[in-house]
Amino acid sequence: MTRGARTALFLVAAAVLGPLLWNVFHDIPAFGQIQHLYRDLAVRASLEQSTANVVSSINFDQRALDTLGEESIFVASVTGVMILLRPDSQERRYLPPASGAVLEAVRLVGYLMLPVTLVLGAETVAHGHLTPGGGFQGGVVLATGLHVLYVSGTYQALDRLRPIGSLDIGEAVGAAAFGGMGVAGMAVGGAFLFNLLPKGTLGNLFSAGTVPLLNVAVGFEIGCGMVVLLAQFLAQEITIAKKGRPE
Amino acid sequence: MTALVLVSVTLVGIAATIVVLTHRPENQAIMLSVFGLALTVMFEVLQAPDVALSQLGVGAVVVPLMIMLTYRRVRRHAGEAESAASSQSEQPSP
Repeated sequence: MTRGARTALFLVAAAVLGPLLWNVFHDIPAFGQIQHLYRDLAVRASLEQSTANVVSSINFDQRALDTLGEESIFVASVTGVMILLRPDSQERRYLPPASGAVLEAVRLVGYLMLPVTLVLGAETVAHGHLTPGGGFQGGVVLATGLHVLYVSGTYQALDRLRPIGSLDIGEAVGAAAFGGMGVAGMAVGGAFLFNLLPKGTLGNLFSAGTVPLLNVAVGFEIGCGMVVLLAQFLAQEITIAKKGRPE
Repeated sequence: MTALVLVSVTLVGIAATIVVLTHRPENQAIMLSVFGLALTVMFEVLQAPDVALSQLGVGAVVVPLMIMLTYRRVRRHAGEAESAASSQSEQPSP
């Protein structure tokens, strides 16, 4: 596409989209305003369900169907990456020899931080209905935390700690658990993803009904999926070479 | 509070402009990470810690890392193709 055609396309799109955006932005409540209709409704509903973290209540109870859609998009993306980045017939896998190029200080910090990061990730998932965080954030922390092992150790160590085949199944199990709880809600309460468990006391670890369970399902799915996703990209960089070139 | 909001929004604007004006993809990935951090600070200041956590993990770490790995892979691929072509033209050995 030439520069002129691109500019013309942009101008046409901007002429359509611009007035629409202006219209929407014009009606947005002013910044920092006290009045907020949706907030009042969401906070009330969240307190009724004994969910201390209102954001989690919206994501996993009031609008849990939206979250199911987002998780499905994530599963689809990871699957797409796995299909696109598989080694083709001209390439083969090999494991590079371990190189001791890591500074001792980096290694020390890495081995200290690895367990701390993993515990932090698990904590973020488990307390998602009480404090900021949740399945998605905790899953990302767990997955990226695992890669501290690669930064401070070797690729072999990371490779041993993440069985890609099982993690792939773990991702699917997490996604299926979310859907399964939705169907269970439909069977018991008559609505998909209905919060069917006892709500408990506001602020307790065991409260908010199905919200913590859905958090764990999402945390499992995102954690496994993110490791698989990064593994595909890392494999392209580190372990895949053209046939006959051991480098 | 308002001052903090103004500072963080300005930081986001500056970081985003630098990302757009950076042309080499490997430098851009680093700047994207800095931009992700600026956005994280802004979300935190605007009292959205849940969003800030997601932004910190995905926007500041995972996306720049994937761009960096992709860029290195593409560059190595181009280098391999180039060296294969030059070695073929110089000495026609297998």
